Amino acid sequence: MEIIKPNTRIDFVGKIKYALILSWVVIGIGIVSMVIKGGPRYGIDFSGGTLLQIKFAQKVSVNDIRKTLKKMGVETGSVQNVGAEEDNEFLLNFETAQDDLEQFSEKISEQLVASFGKDSFEIRRAEIVGPKVGKDLREKALFAVGLSCIGMLIYIWFRFEFRFGLGAILGLVHDVFITLGALSLTNTAIDLPVVAALLAIVGYSVNDSIIVCDRIRENRPKMTREKLGTVINISVNQTLSRTILTAGTTILAIIALFLFGGTVIHDFAFTMLVGVISGTYSSIYVACPVVIYWEKLFPSQKKGRR
Amino acid sequence: MTKSLKWRAVIYGATIILAVVYLMPTFVKMPSWWEDYLPSEKISLGLDLQGGMHLILGVEAEKAVENTVARFSSDLEELLFNEKIPFDHVKPIGRDRLELQIVDPNAKDKAGRVLDEKFSVMKKIKVQDISDGVIYLLELDQREIDHIKKSAVEQALETIRNRIDQFGVAEPTIQQQGEDRILIQLPGIKDPKRALELIGKTALLEFKIVDDENSLDEALKGNVPPDDEILYQREVNRETGEVKKVPFLLKKKTLLTGDRLVDAQVRIDSQFNEPYVALSFDDRGAKLFEKITEKYVNKRLAIILDNNVYSAPVIKEKIAGGHAQITGRFSTEEARDLAIVLRAGSLPAPVTILEKRTVGPSLGHDSIQQGIRAMIIGSAAVIMFMVIYYKLSGMVAVIALGLNVLLILAALAGFRATLTLPGLAGIVLTIGMAVDANVLINERIREEMRSGKTLKACIDTGYARAFLTIMDSNLTTIIAAIFLFQFGTGPVKGFAVTLSIGLIANIFTAVAVTRLIFDYFVVQRRIKTLSI
Repeated sequence: MEIIKPNTRIDFVGKIKYALILSWVVIGIGIVSMVIKGGPRYGIDFSGGTLLQIKFAQKVSVNDIRKTLKKMGVETGSVQNVGAEEDNEFLLNFETAQDDLEQFSEKISEQLVASFGKDSFEIRRAEIVGPKVGKDLREKALFAVGLSCIGMLIYIWFRFEFRFGLGAILGLVHDVFITLGALSLTNTAIDLPVVAALLAIVGYSVNDSIIVCDRIRENRPKMTREKLGTVINISVNQTLSRTILTAGTTILAIIALFLFGGTVIHDFAFTMLVGVISGTYSSIYVACPVVIYWEKLFPSQKKGRR
Repeated sequence: MTKSLKWRAVIYGATIILAVVYLMPTFVKMPSWWEDYLPSEKISLGLDLQGGMHLILGVEAEKAVENTVARFSSDLEELLFNEKIPFDHVKPIGRDRLELQIVDPNAKDKAGRVLDEKFSVMKKIKVQDISDGVIYLLELDQREIDHIKKSAVEQALETIRNRIDQFGVAEPTIQQQGEDRILIQLPGIKDPKRALELIGKTALLEFKIVDDENSLDEALKGNVPPDDEILYQREVNRETGEVKKVPFLLKKKTLLTGDRLVDAQVRIDSQFNEPYVALSFDDRGAKLFEKITEKYVNKRLAIILDNNVYSAPVIKEKIAGGHAQITGRFSTEEARDLAIVLRAGSLPAPVTILEKRTVGPSLGHDSIQQGIRAMIIGSAAVIMFMVIYYKLSGMVAVIALGLNVLLILAALAGFRATLTLPGLAGIVLTIGMAVDANVLINERIREEMRSGKTLKACIDTGYARAFLTIMDSNLTTIIAAIFLFQFGTGPVKGFAVTLSIGLIANIFTAVAVTRLIFDYFVVQRRIKTLSI
């Protein structure tokens, strides 16, 4: 079977202008959403707070739980239905800066007992993260992401050319921004699993860009008479089949996680899904234009260079 | 078979058998001869998959410094008393200083000498002559402070480990994290609240005398005599759960602490059929206890744990032999836990909960089922896709994929790594990305075949061209994963482990193993057309 016939010549490079507009619009929407909501929303891992996952035996609505919380004067938390509706399972999130988080979660479960009865629910997960630990985790995660980006940039620079490395890294920044925007639009909190997903996206995006860049590197000496834009277009078309296939299989695996992986992994899978789609797109429409513009700014000498 | 083919087959086969050997104990109960000679490590499941409690405790090491200075303060009083140097007071100032005022200016030389020779743990930083004596300001030096803090954390770690061991938890993790934090993981624990109480209790046991000479009512109004303090006894009504607090006016001075205990056991009172905790002191403790009970006959001796009065029985007569008991309407569980903390000793400083995550066993069970289901469905989708798209060559890629998962799991077992939910996600992602290598190879082979070369030449060039690309792409991701492993925490780490193992295995399975299969068919079976 073949999806992309050999000698396909889709004019990717000619549509760079539209692609750039599209990218900026999507990133813009995400940024606007983040600005309106006051920055990205951190989960309790990074902001400190309390998370409770509760499964009720009887039918309970989000509003019932909100009312109960209101009774004890707690109005800041978020209550979210997870899983299928008939599961009656909820995720309660509180970004409390209080010192005594332990007592806070005790109080909440006492209030729930008072409202719904003693054996009517089960606390399946309770997480408490102190503000100090949250800050530590945030710093450590940022540090890890930063270092891995630098590590990859150095590797690409060493193996390819600087402009390819720059293209790959800008592509990655593009993907991370688009994903952060999508998280903000869907009100998904950034917690440790989501950060892991962002990191996986970083890896995937760079991986994808490398494969396109690699083909350009290979084709250039063979096509010295062609313009760089044409070489890039041919290279993108040659790798198109692979790009679609790999993205397709990866997306298949992620969709399986998204649909069947359960509550804890749901946000992780969503983040990955957005990132992989964006990563596939950016390896064609971010990494390549960067290489072309770089060529316009700093033309490389004819021949002899790979 | 050609020589190169044969050798490769042997080496790859051996690798696969080794992986199977490592993986067997995880799934099958192995006979004892196996455990004697062959690897018996199992893949352990993370807390998120089997339920349990994850805790990070902060040790308030500053408090240990304060406690030490308080102890030095009473040591110094005793020393001055023994040296017959009359003094007005010794009192702690701030965290790490003591103020001493002697009343006889003529004793200045002697006091100075005693301080230098017998109390060298603290340095004199100021000596001030006043009309009716001399005031000394003593300070603990920074090195000593650091030492106290460091050993407070070590001791807390040791004590908590003791408590957990006695409580009985299978495969707990107890580690120091950073300077003053302790990481505790208790997999599969049923009653996290009880465990938390057991771990977090300072368990400072003190004996103090009840002050019957001064009025408790007066003291409750705010006129607490200078050497006294008010502590409470908590009485919980077991039916209603109501808590009643009974105040006690006590002499501040601690006569004896739990440091001198050698044993604590749960016994059942034959009269009331209620459990109590029987204490035994060491020799010095026994002597002290005898002295105290002799001196304070007919007074009440309060037994205090973490500033809660447990009981305050009247001393009827001198008690020799070093035995005492704590009564106080315990449930058997409470008495058992109390005995454990007393045996394990007190924490040198209080601990606070910085992070606590508990996952109930039912959620863990759901997570693992859902995780495995997602893995199976994801793999099935990828396999179908590959077989439809590349036909028999797709099958070869699927074999590589299966081997990849086998190698990841075997490596997890071999390294005794823990499989967490993000780890499972890492495996699913690896499945997605592992296909990439075979797609690259197969696409290259297809391209070469269009140029009408012989099959062998097509496979040779296809692999050669794709190999560099695969190395570059896998290596960049491995670089990222290594940084994540090194600097990430918790879930990020679990994800990095399976991803990096998966990618390394990928180079072997997707490139080397598939190449062997292709070569076998082309060289050995001499096939002329490839199903791709």
